[in-house]
Amino acid sequence: MLNYIMEILPSLLSGAGMTLQIFFWTIILSIPLGVILGLGLTSKFKPLTALIKFYVWLMRGTPLLLQLIFVFYGLPVIGIVFDRYDAALFAFVLNYTAYFAEIFRGGLQSILKGQYESAKVLRLTYWQTLRKIVIPQVFKIVIPSVGNEVINLIKDSSLVYVIGIGDLLRAGNVATARDVTLIPLVLVGVIYLLLTAVVTYILGKVEARYSTWR
Amino acid sequence: MLTLKDISKQFDNRLILDNINLTVKDGEILCIVGPSGAGKTTLLRSISGLERVTSGKFLLDGQAFDPYENRENDSVIGVVFQDFQLFPNLTVMENITLAPRLVLKKTNEEAEQEAREKMAQLNLAGKESLFPYQLSGGQKQRVAIVRALAMNPKILCYDEPTSALDPDLRQEVESIIVGLKQQGMTQIVVTHDMTFAENIADDIFQVSPRNE
Repeated sequence: MLNYIMEILPSLLSGAGMTLQIFFWTIILSIPLGVILGLGLTSKFKPLTALIKFYVWLMRGTPLLLQLIFVFYGLPVIGIVFDRYDAALFAFVLNYTAYFAEIFRGGLQSILKGQYESAKVLRLTYWQTLRKIVIPQVFKIVIPSVGNEVINLIKDSSLVYVIGIGDLLRAGNVATARDVTLIPLVLVGVIYLLLTAVVTYILGKVEARYSTWR
Repeated sequence: MLTLKDISKQFDNRLILDNINLTVKDGEILCIVGPSGAGKTTLLRSISGLERVTSGKFLLDGQAFDPYENRENDSVIGVVFQDFQLFPNLTVMENITLAPRLVLKKTNEEAEQEAREKMAQLNLAGKESLFPYQLSGGQKQRVAIVRALAMNPKILCYDEPTSALDPDLRQEVESIIVGLKQQGMTQIVVTHDMTFAENIADDIFQVSPRNE
């Protein structure tokens, strides 16, 4: 059995590499975008908030799987062609940005008006207030919810399977179908568990860093 | 010297401040008193630039100035809020030096040096690296005072400085305010506590609720 595991491990690990790539790029792009849209959702300019609300409703109200299929198989019909990887990333970033925007909106709204006023009488600019006072407080508040989404993302990334990207799940499935054994799927589960364990550990560290103040 | 000329403030259709005329002399303590709902806090918020007045003029040493727009000029008004509004994510030292560094463009060393001097005066030495949640109410208030003073305001305003504190700390607040006066600071104190006002004030301005 060990020989068999060693045999299929390289293909599983290369699948895991793809999973991680999609994971990292989605996080790196969608968290900052989520902050920006979250700020937009708290703005007083109604057309902007209405537009973002519509976007969030659309992205949260339809399955990510549908969005993936729509981008990769649907959009070419009207002449917009992505390659597989870009299509996956595009759909994931669009989808996760919507969730992060909602999370950051909640965090932003929980910062008391007094904090802004106290910054204003100290003559800090709006951006200085955001950067030094508001955003750090919002981050502390949203860490648990963001953590949930981040863990979800690791597992959601398996959906790219449907547009033919060779991720971890696909690698396992291919091996199981070929060799008629459960081992590859069990290994896939173990690798996902290891990935989420690492992310959980990192999230714990981040949370601890922010627990020096209340 | 700060002069308010015919200052009025209306929220929707409610007139909160009706033609207020008021002078704050340099180096003096002016107490604004009155029952709650009379507009004391609104008056203080207008002076500190948190509310735009509906009509009227502010004069600083005879020159017109608009606290609401006043951003680029020298610091004029410092504010100590009723609930202090320290920044919970910053240490005491960072709370105090943030604005001097970002707004007055002081170096870290300069800002920290000045902060230490002012902290020592208000008995806060040794608290530099604590976070606000680790301080008592009185300490938070003193940090808020040092934070406001660090911007070198011409006038320091307090909103109900005794209300968030234990009654036995009132004496301490009195001595801090009187101590700052001896150093030449002009101060405006909003309070509903008449005894407190009479103990510290050079001048008392009564705000009465408007009958509608």
